[in-house]
Amino acid sequence: MTRIEKAFARKAFIPYITAGDPSLEITCDLVLAMAAAGADVIELGVPFSDPIADGPVIQRATERALNHGVTLPKVLQLAKEIRKQSQVPLLLFSYFNPLLSYGLERLARDAGEAGIDGVLASDLTVEESEPYRSIMQGAGLDTIFLVAPTSSPDRLRKIASASTGFLYAVSRTGVTGEQLELAADLKEFLGTLRTYTQLPIAVGFGISTPEQVRAVWQEADGAIVGSAIVKEIEKHIGKRDLVDRVAAFSKWLRA
Amino acid sequence: MSTKGHFGNYGGQFVPETLMHPIEELEAAYDAAQRDPAFHARLDDLLRNYSGRPTPLYFAERLTREWGGGKIYLKREDLNHTGAHKINHCLGQGLLAVRMGKKRVIAETGAGQHGVASATVCALLGLECDVYMGEEDIRRQELNVFRMKLLGARVIPVSSGSKTLKDSINEAMRDWVTNVRTTYYMLGSVLGPHPYPTMVRDFQSVIGREVRVQIIEKEGRLPDVLVACVGGGSNSIGLFYDFVQDTQIRMIGVEAGGRGPKLGDHAARFAGGRPGVLHGTYSYILQDADGQVVPTHSVSAGLDYPAVGPEHATLHDTGRVTYTSIDDTEALAAFNELCRLEGIIPALESAHAVAQAKKLKLSPDQIVVVNLSGRGDKDVAEVMRLIG
Repeated sequence: MTRIEKAFARKAFIPYITAGDPSLEITCDLVLAMAAAGADVIELGVPFSDPIADGPVIQRATERALNHGVTLPKVLQLAKEIRKQSQVPLLLFSYFNPLLSYGLERLARDAGEAGIDGVLASDLTVEESEPYRSIMQGAGLDTIFLVAPTSSPDRLRKIASASTGFLYAVSRTGVTGEQLELAADLKEFLGTLRTYTQLPIAVGFGISTPEQVRAVWQEADGAIVGSAIVKEIEKHIGKRDLVDRVAAFSKWLRA
Repeated sequence: MSTKGHFGNYGGQFVPETLMHPIEELEAAYDAAQRDPAFHARLDDLLRNYSGRPTPLYFAERLTREWGGGKIYLKREDLNHTGAHKINHCLGQGLLAVRMGKKRVIAETGAGQHGVASATVCALLGLECDVYMGEEDIRRQELNVFRMKLLGARVIPVSSGSKTLKDSINEAMRDWVTNVRTTYYMLGSVLGPHPYPTMVRDFQSVIGREVRVQIIEKEGRLPDVLVACVGGGSNSIGLFYDFVQDTQIRMIGVEAGGRGPKLGDHAARFAGGRPGVLHGTYSYILQDADGQVVPTHSVSAGLDYPAVGPEHATLHDTGRVTYTSIDDTEALAAFNELCRLEGIIPALESAHAVAQAKKLKLSPDQIVVVNLSGRGDKDVAEVMRLIG
């Protein structure tokens, strides 16, 4: 059982933050503080210049990180720092091009050494996922893929069999970002998905309140919160209590 | 990698999962349309009677005499309705959107030519149309912005990133992923995930098929050289595609050399880029060492884009097509020359191809066909700003 799979022993709370927003040092502190506040897996966003799956909040975080010169090698270095102090499962979350540019074999080796547990490229379809999948899995990294409410049964089957660690179910059509209410057809979608996989299922996109986290937990094994946390970071940039505030927010969501 | 939609190592489908279902739907709809004679009949009728095809193949006699090399023929795509070749794939895709029962179309545009063609076809077919356009391009192409509005489209300014074509594609893809069930994405070049590069190429290949017939009528033989500019690559693939098997014909694709060879100053993907994934496809991309896509520059908005269609990538690697670049100054000079010698104001994009044709060392019995992909009315204000 991988460290990510073990994290689903209880209902999992999975925050996303963009690495290097507002700085790599603060990202390190944020990860440690959120882990202490009950985060079960943490997604580390590796910024890409053209984040087509992201809404305005994560786009702005991406831009801030890129403006500070955050790169994949620096994020791997950050993971090493985190690993000196915490064993919280870490998932690299990016787009395919930065990973491809780094070199897939090299990434598998270096990410494994840095203590990264899994990888997800949001624009990598299961059709295009070889040799990426075998290279990453060969190095002991989980390969997480997205499933969407629009995925056909045939696609759900293919994606489920390509995934390890957990399945990332996108709660609705659209880009990342908060929303007031969860999609009405979410329950039905997750029910269908269950019939295709034994893996834990975590739901992301649009989750921003403790009520939504709990509602997701009723139907799935984990809740992923991205934009709401990134927005909380954005609100406190430049303030001394940024890390404490975001950790408190994260704790509030998990309650 | 799967073999679906690949050109050699390039192409494929790299999109968020939410888009895979509409893409599969599109593939199926396009396959069915391809086999349906009624679809072709309707498209042919519109190309002929609405857009004015076949466009003329014009012998540029004064240009030929002035340059003293081979015989210069201009394929007059500028004489299409809306003033550029973009109408060819917009009519095709518009009919497909109707077949698929979509009521709303989104498009991205750089120079505004694809936006205008999309808005035009949507007006013709009664579809709602939203066009994403970078703020920098809106400034450069004011006239086309107003044309789109006249045609009933909504132009949505894009202020992210470099505020040009790349960023308007990002926004269009975000819109598509959000509204996938109701919206048809009318992609404007041989870019993006499969089936777009193949489908747009098929719709554009009418250019080369007409040239074959026309040049044989006029010269009794095939040309020696074909020249076309390459932004995403739709007009060039449209000209080249029918001649790929005629290996005696040299084909030259012209990229934007911009201000110079430094990364960020041009849009010459083959000279300055390396393979990577952007906007759904694997092809040559201008990127930094960390895989971040870099800003581009060209005097012409339509060539100002960091990636190139995947079929061009394989035509480049196999050596079947030679890719060169023409800088801003050379393009402006060719723009002027065509105005004065032939009375044709070309699009700045097409002026790059004209400038390249001038550089060819040909003998008087050789024949070159230059694709005049669009007319330059849209560029007049920008040229006025640049050269006064």
